[in-house]
Order: sequence, then structure tokens, then C-alpha cells
Amino acid sequence: MSNPTYTVIFYLFAAITVCSAAFVVFTRNVIYSAFSLLFTFFGVAALYVFLSADFIAVTQVVVYVGGILVLLLFGVMFTNGIMQTGQKSEVFHIVPGTFLLAGIIGALLYTFYTSHGWMPSESTLQGSIVERIGFETMSRYVLPFEMVSILLLAALIGAAFLARFDKSGK
Amino acid sequence: MEQLTTIGLNHYLTLSAILLGFGLFAVMTRKNAIVVLMGVELILNAANINFLAFSKYNGGMEGVMFALFVIVIAAAEAAIALAIVINIFKIFKSVDVSSIDSMKE
Repeated sequence: MSNPTYTVIFYLFAAITVCSAAFVVFTRNVIYSAFSLLFTFFGVAALYVFLSADFIAVTQVVVYVGGILVLLLFGVMFTNGIMQTGQKSEVFHIVPGTFLLAGIIGALLYTFYTSHGWMPSESTLQGSIVERIGFETMSRYVLPFEMVSILLLAALIGAAFLARFDKSGK
Repeated sequence: MEQLTTIGLNHYLTLSAILLGFGLFAVMTRKNAIVVLMGVELILNAANINFLAFSKYNGGMEGVMFALFVIVIAAAEAAIALAIVINIFKIFKSVDVSSIDSMKE
């Protein structure tokens, strides 16, 4: 698909995603990291729309931005007072970390671009896939669907139990 | 030039490789446990981009369903991990992952 508008919008969202992800990783301030992660999640959701997975994009916005990011912000504010200046986070292993970063990206890109090239099938996904997701969930994937719902319930009860306010202690 | 302007599978794979690298960098170099969790979320997002890209260019639904389950598991993981981090903060008065070195109070 070589529609110029399509290409420009793709590169715009890719740039937003990569720049805000870099800011999450390289800034020292935890609050800045958390808010920059918001832009990363929105950029990734936009890329999901490009991949014609609109339902996954909406789920990404609801679950990541509405749930996980709020949880992370609560975590930041519980563990560093918002008023105190010591919310910079220390870094260590900078040099091996940089080598790992460059090595992983370089190795993956080398593999992607020197292998024989992927051959897309004739029938790529087109248009909305919400209806197909419904059929798949209730037919082939009904057992994983039920299992993951029980897992989520158990995990959330466990998390509430772990983080409860302990009256008897101290 | 044709390679750059026609958005194909390689563009998504490149993007997800970059996100994976950043996530691993955060997990490896940061001392704050919450930023380590943010790195894990970046890695999961990179994996999801790969699943959806392969699913789109293959034409099947397997990658889409797997991406959906990955999002559910990520939500459960974030809830549990933050509960653990808050407990660690109660006991050690810090969330510095390099200073937590005992299993008991």
C-alpha cells in the first residue's frame, strides 16, 4: 500500500512511539517516565489500527491507558512522595546496558533484513475484524478464554489481598 | 525508496525490535522497581506488535487472539507486581531493586 498519506501517518505514529519510549527509558524522573509511557501506549494503539486490529487497539487504550498506567502512577505516588525531590531513580550497568540495547536491535534488524524476506499471503487481513474475533473466541479459543478469565479473577483477588492495609502490624 | 514508502512487514518488525531493545535497557539499568515494570510493559507491547503484524500479513486470526490474551495477562501481571512492590516498600522503605537482599524482615 503506497498511498503517501498512509505512509506519512504511519511514520508520524512510529516516531511518537519510538521517541516517547526512548524518553521513558532515558529520563531519570519516574513521573516523567510514567506520563511518557502514555504516549507510547497511544502510539502503539494507533499502529494496531494500521495492522487492521481495531478491536485490539481499543482494548489497548482501555486496559493499558485506563488500567495499567493508572496502577503504575499509583505505584509511583505510593512509593515516592509527590512533594519530595528524591524521586530521581538511580541507574547502574549503563555500559553493558547500552551494549545490550545496540546488540539486540542490531542483531534483530540484521536477521530481518538479510533473511530471504517474508512472503505475505494473498489473503491479508482487511477491514474490521471484530466479528471474526467474536466467532474465534466462542469457537476455537473458548477454553483459553475461560481459563484466562479465571486467572484474571484469581490474580486480582490475590493482588488485593497482598496490598491490603495491615491493621495488626506495627 | 520503494522500500521506505511502501509500509510492509519489515517496518513493524523494525519498530518492535526498537521497543524491545528499550524495554530490555530499562529492565537492566534502572534501580527503581516501577521503572523496571514499565520496561516489561514495553517488551510486551513489542511482542504484541509482532503478533499482530504476522497475523495481518498471514491472513489468519491466531496472532490477534494471542495478542488479546497477552493484554489480559499483562493486566494481571501489573496488578500483582505493584502489590508486591508496595509490600516491599512497606518493609524496606525503598523500591531500589539493588538494595533488596533479604527474604525476611
